[in-house]
Amino acid sequence: MATLAPSVQQTGTGLPRWLALAHWNVSRALIVTRREVLDMFRDWRIVAPTIVLTVIFPYIANWGAGRMLSFVERFGASLIGDRLIPFLLMVVGFFPISFSLIIALETFVGEKERRSLEPLLATPLTNTQLYIGKTLSSTIPPLMGSLLGVTVYLVGVYRNLEWVPSATLLLQIILLNLIQALVMVAAAVVVSSQTTSVRAANLLASFIIIPMAFLIQAEALIMFWANYTVLWLIIVGLVVVMILLVRMGIRIFNREELIGGEIDELNLLGALRQWLALTLARHGEGPRRSAWQWYRQEVLAVVGRMWSAMGVLSLAMVVAYFIGLRYADVYRIPTELFRTEDWFARFQLTMEQAGLTNLRGVLWVLSQNTRVLAVASLLAVFSFGVLAIMLLMVPLGLVGYLNAHILIAGMDPMLAWAALFPHGMIEIPAALLAGAAAVRLGATVISPPPGKTVGEAWMEALADATRLWFAAVLPLLLVAAVAEIYVTPWLVGLVAGGR
Amino acid sequence: MIETFELTKHFDNFVAVQDVSLSVRTGEVLALLGPNGAGKTTTVRMLTSILAPTAGTARVAGFDVVRQPEEVRAHVGVLTEGHGLYLRMRGREYLDFFGELYGLDRAARQQHGTQLAGRFGLADALDRRLGEYSKGMRQKLALVRAMLHDPPVLMLDEPTSAMDPHSARQVRNAIRDLRGDGRTILLCTHNLPEAEELADRIAIIRQGKIIALGTPADLKTRLLGPPLLELRLAGAVNGVAHDLSDLVEIESQGPTWLRYRTPAPEAINPQVIYRLAALGVEVVTLSEVPQSLEDVYLRVVGEEERV
Repeated sequence: MATLAPSVQQTGTGLPRWLALAHWNVSRALIVTRREVLDMFRDWRIVAPTIVLTVIFPYIANWGAGRMLSFVERFGASLIGDRLIPFLLMVVGFFPISFSLIIALETFVGEKERRSLEPLLATPLTNTQLYIGKTLSSTIPPLMGSLLGVTVYLVGVYRNLEWVPSATLLLQIILLNLIQALVMVAAAVVVSSQTTSVRAANLLASFIIIPMAFLIQAEALIMFWANYTVLWLIIVGLVVVMILLVRMGIRIFNREELIGGEIDELNLLGALRQWLALTLARHGEGPRRSAWQWYRQEVLAVVGRMWSAMGVLSLAMVVAYFIGLRYADVYRIPTELFRTEDWFARFQLTMEQAGLTNLRGVLWVLSQNTRVLAVASLLAVFSFGVLAIMLLMVPLGLVGYLNAHILIAGMDPMLAWAALFPHGMIEIPAALLAGAAAVRLGATVISPPPGKTVGEAWMEALADATRLWFAAVLPLLLVAAVAEIYVTPWLVGLVAGGR
Repeated sequence: MIETFELTKHFDNFVAVQDVSLSVRTGEVLALLGPNGAGKTTTVRMLTSILAPTAGTARVAGFDVVRQPEEVRAHVGVLTEGHGLYLRMRGREYLDFFGELYGLDRAARQQHGTQLAGRFGLADALDRRLGEYSKGMRQKLALVRAMLHDPPVLMLDEPTSAMDPHSARQVRNAIRDLRGDGRTILLCTHNLPEAEELADRIAIIRQGKIIALGTPADLKTRLLGPPLLELRLAGAVNGVAHDLSDLVEIESQGPTWLRYRTPAPEAINPQVIYRLAALGVEVVTLSEVPQSLEDVYLRVVGEEERV
């Protein structure tokens, strides 16, 4: 009879339960990993390119580095050669890693196509064990190839050029390759577990390859710039992304969708109908609701569901404000530009010349704010909400920056509040609501509520965001725009004594 | 050992399984028959905790399929619709891999694997790659995989498909032996004679619903009516039907034969023989026309009965 998770007493190890369970999960996952790695090395289509990339290519890179070095030295440009060698070290380590993407893309959906997935799903393996097992199997061989390639290259470079990397640089390269492999594998496993054909998985791989290609180019620039400290920041950022992707993969892993056949079907009309139905939130059964009841249940209730996103965004905005205050000391605007009499008169003139003192101004401010929040929402979808937070931090950072300069210039501190408060007290909540809805849209992909698929949860989040926009955000932005054009300048003039 | 109550599965707007309530005792073989797309595989997947039911409950080997999925899968052996073998692996390796997944130690894996493979004539093939196996051999190995961890419940989807008669016989014998050992077996098959031979009870599923459930004999009586008897005469039928009209209703007739149904053949048949003898009609045979499970199946799923 099959055995399941042992209790701590049964393990006899005396380990804490969480550690015993982690050990048991990993040991079960490694059963899958072992099989897949052995199977990989039986496939000549994987073995042959691996040998080429891990042995032949580093040798060629080493030979090329030597020739390039002697060539540029003839022209006194030895710096290029000096920077090329570490750069090629990074390239040699990365190329075998690129294979991890192909292996990982195929890991779930390929088995499904070969009909070998269902017997595996019918075993007592848990979702986590299966997921970890396949992730490790996609990572270990390419990583081994990467280390082998780096070793071949370093041996050659040492023998020919007597070049030895610093321990820090070597550690950075190894860590970078490891984390990049894990990021690509984690993303590819998500794609593979959510598609129903290898073809679809390969097409979706563009969403992984293109960002990685940009990242590698950025790393190449850094290598030639020789500011290797920046690599640590990249490593930390990639670790965060990797954790998010692995968490996302485990959370949305769904046996049912894996063996289903309908995921790849695109039904735009159906999606549109569903979005409309969810947005209008009509309930066929039950008593008819008044407009206020509908508003309270379907709009204000959404705000309640977004409390964590609003909390995160509020914190980010506060942090941005203080960052703005801090950087006012670093990047100073000349104080003479803040002379109140001239400043206010110039400001009024500029506004009049731009035609922003009337309804046109209201519409312009409204469109500008709407556009920013819409862009933030769009960016949130592709960045798990991170870019939306960053984008919405910028204006608060600027406010902090300018407020600091008002204080530095010795002006009335009330001026800062007068310039912000009338429209800000409406605009900031509107931005908070729209931003939180955007963050929720992005974060839903990582962590859909239990019992719901990613698609279902995302559609609900989109419908909530739509309702919120039309019923709260846009009205608030309109009122804020009116205040910004008609009330704020009046109040600033009152405080500044210009009127 | 298998209990379901109003088990239901929806996929978007499509109802794959609806209100399936079954109870399979320990040591019983239940055959699940139905046309393609009827919901057999979906039902099996819910019972093996691969799919979650939309509604209803199910317990397999005492474990709930939703709340205790790993326990369910540990106590169930599944032969899936596609054998799903890893073709680059050798047979022995393959069994070793699945045995390890089911928690068997190395010695048990080797012993069970070799023993079961030998039972199905695969002992000599275990060191060959699965890609070299014939279809029948692959199917047998998949069956060995399902039985490897000695599960109390087996779910077999078309176990004898792609097999030659000898191999199919081996598999059926194995299923009988398993039943004798007290295993509970859910058998999905299109092979009606096989279902009739092996199953204690048969459930016919159509468009996601169980439309008939019972032993083969019960189903035949309930759905096809009383036994069909055939009377063969030495000469032409000529008016014999009229002579017997007060005793039986003739259902069909040929040049030298008549067929009729009676709920009480023990009482009626002697009277028929006696009446014909009195009329000087020579009777060659009076026998029951075998009614097959196929007749039941076709009647139940809506096609015309073949006589």
